[in-house]
Amino acid sequence: MKRIVTLCGAGVGTSGILKVNAERVLARLGIDAMVTATDVNNVQADAADAQVILTSPELVKHIGRTFADVVEINSYVDLDEIERKLDEALG
Amino acid sequence: MPLPPLPDSALNLGASARDWKQAVMLAGKALELSGAVTADYAKRMVQVVEEFGAYIVIAPGLALAHARPGPDVHAEGLSVVTLTEPVLFGHPYNDPVSVVIGLAVQSSEEHVAGVAALANVFNNPSTIGELAAATTPESVRSILGIAHEVSS
Repeated sequence: MKRIVTLCGAGVGTSGILKVNAERVLARLGIDAMVTATDVNNVQADAADAQVILTSPELVKHIGRTFADVVEINSYVDLDEIERKLDEALG
Repeated sequence: MPLPPLPDSALNLGASARDWKQAVMLAGKALELSGAVTADYAKRMVQVVEEFGAYIVIAPGLALAHARPGPDVHAEGLSVVTLTEPVLFGHPYNDPVSVVIGLAVQSSEEHVAGVAALANVFNNPSTIGELAAATTPESVRSILGIAHEVSS
C-alpha cells in the first residue's frame, strides 16, 4: 500500500484538513493508500517509508532530506487541486 | 464529534487588524472570551506562524490559527474573526486574509473529527466569501453548520 504524509507545523489542524481531503481524493481516484498527519518535528520518522509528502509551500524548507515526492498544495480545501497533484505524483 | 460550539463570545465580526499578528491575537482573544483557552494560547498561535511561516493560510482568504494542545487549553474551542480590511500573512498564493478561524484542542486525537467537519464546510468554494460577508452570529453558525447552544 502506498503511504502519504500530510505535514503541518503543529501537527493539529491544518494537516488534519489536508489528510481528510487527501483521503477523499484517493477514494475518488480509486487509489489504496494510507494517509498520516504529522508535524515538522516528526516528519523525518513518519515519512521514512512514504511515497508522497503533501504540505504547504511555506513548510517545504522544514522537511530536510527525503526520498518522498514533496507535493505543494496551495489550497487545502480545493479537492480538484489535490486530486490533480496526487494523481500526478502517484500515477 | 462535530465542530465545537460557537457562542457569540467566540465571534468577532467586522473586526479591524493592522497586521496578521493582531488578526491571530483577535482569534485567540475570542477563544479566550468563549472560555476555551487562557490568554497564553493566543501568543502560542502567533509563535506557530513566527516559527513555521504563513502555512496556516490554508486557502485563499482563510487562515486557520492554532497551536499544539497545552495547559492553556481548558476545552476544545473554535472562534471566528472576520476582517473589514483583509491583512497580509505572507503566503505566496492565499493572501490577503479576511477570515481567521481560531482552533484549540486538548489532544491530537480530539481534533480529528472536528477538523473533518471543518474540511467539509470549507470544501464548498463559496463558504469563505459567505463567512467574510456574514454580519450576525446566527448566519456564521448557519454557514458552519453549528447549532446554537443556549447558555444558562
